[in-house]
Amino acid sequence: MQQLIAIAYIASAVLFIYGLKMLSRADTAVRGNMVSALGMLVAVVATLCLQGMHYHWIILGVVIGSAIGAIAAVRVPMTSMPEFVALFNGTGGAASLLVGWAEFNANHGAYADEGTSLISVIATYLAILIGGVTFTGSCIAYAKLAGRITTKPVLFSGQQIANGAILLGALVFGVLFCINPDASLAEISLYAGIAISLVLGVLVTIPIGGADMPVVISLLNSYSGLAACAAGFVIGNTVLIVSGSLVGASGIILTNIMCKAMNRSLANVLFSGFGSAEGATGGGGGEQGEAKAITAEDAYYVLEAASSVVFVPGYGMAVAQAQHVVRELGELLEENGAEVKYAVHPVAGRMPGHMNVLLAEANVPYEQLVEMDDINPVIETVDVAIVIGANDVVNPAARDDPDSAIAGMPIINVDHARSCFVLKRSMRSGFAGVENPLFFKENTRMLFGDAKASITALVNEFKGA
Amino acid sequence: MDMLLLLFTFVLAIFLGVELISKVPSQLHTPLMSGSNAISGITIVGALIAAGATDNNTLGTVLGVLAVICATINVVGGYLVTNRMLGMFKTKGEGK
Repeated sequence: MQQLIAIAYIASAVLFIYGLKMLSRADTAVRGNMVSALGMLVAVVATLCLQGMHYHWIILGVVIGSAIGAIAAVRVPMTSMPEFVALFNGTGGAASLLVGWAEFNANHGAYADEGTSLISVIATYLAILIGGVTFTGSCIAYAKLAGRITTKPVLFSGQQIANGAILLGALVFGVLFCINPDASLAEISLYAGIAISLVLGVLVTIPIGGADMPVVISLLNSYSGLAACAAGFVIGNTVLIVSGSLVGASGIILTNIMCKAMNRSLANVLFSGFGSAEGATGGGGGEQGEAKAITAEDAYYVLEAASSVVFVPGYGMAVAQAQHVVRELGELLEENGAEVKYAVHPVAGRMPGHMNVLLAEANVPYEQLVEMDDINPVIETVDVAIVIGANDVVNPAARDDPDSAIAGMPIINVDHARSCFVLKRSMRSGFAGVENPLFFKENTRMLFGDAKASITALVNEFKGA
Repeated sequence: MDMLLLLFTFVLAIFLGVELISKVPSQLHTPLMSGSNAISGITIVGALIAAGATDNNTLGTVLGVLAVICATINVVGGYLVTNRMLGMFKTKGEGK
């Protein structure tokens, strides 16, 4: 039986590997998710077959957890997806923390007798530490994404010193814990470690601003994998180690993609409090001429004559819930004979791929979504680029002004299109607090107002014609 | 089990993970994230063992049950949400 269970764990690890591979390709993604879910089922069933398991508490936990998870997953609107992914991630971290704690509770006083290896003891502490950071970090990320707390970076003087001191504390208690896990000092160190991890999770997440959330979510995702991995070392289980590392690696890759898309290092995202400098113009000089406004009616005449149109959505589209009317306008433009595309910047929105999810929800055909690197070479041939609630990702200053705070960040070159409409509520600068010279360009027209209302007005113009 | 073997497995798995998903189209960033997030719920194996132990004291039982609840939320919620998201991606090809 033991061998059968071990083989089942191997099968489960293989299913995770295949599932993850398929999940990273568009045509196999749905099946990939199911393959990975099957792997999870195999691992759970194999575990339940272990000798000497008492099922009543397990059943209680599984029923409660499944109910909460299923209800949340079915009920959550697509627009709230970023915060819920963060929340689910947090529960994974909490689970790893609790597993580490429970293992300590079961073995405390018997570590020496059982000859538990040092690696396993260290892993117990790490599972708790990383799990705790993942849990509270994800909760803060959830609160920021859901708008429960300010999305601005929260900075206070001595923040780095405080973080350093807490990290040092985590290290000291870790050493105390590992020297002799049977001593009563170890128990105190463990509780201190739990408290420290929870505080640390809050402290490392609050200084990170709303638009940097894609990086943070990917990073926390990676942490939850590493926490599961540490839990695997605690209970000496390979399937936890393998799948935890896979998640850790995939999270790091996504984090890296996000950082590259902003041309910033991970350290800069995590520690700089980027976007907190209110009103910093970041060079370039404020006076760049006058922004030219346009009415929906005039915009309609331009669009009516356009033969190629590119939508560039940003977080503003998500806020205004404008994705459905955008798709409607896109269809009307197509009926009118124009070629319609949607250009998505990798960090547009609040999580990796946020805009893709929203547009997919509105039934925008997959083929019309194009990536930044594919649209930029042909942007000169585009008649009208419509920027919907995006700002920093289309700011030409990133390309032209080496002194700008966002210098070097790859952007979608909408200013190179024949003409450009910017849908915006006001002239305020974007998240980075940098003036956007795009608004003052010769071929740019500003369509002020709520994005949804503006697009609806355009749709009505088309229908009325 | 030999701890060094586990460490060896860990290092190999990290490399495997990096090779496995080095290039991802941006359309799939969110599903990949929430799908791998669900996989991190594998810690449910540890939770089940903790909750199912026969010689648990009260604290052990409470911790075990809480761990199972958290891990199950992660697993069930993660897979369902990913499936829902990917379902939307699929229909648009058919809408064409």
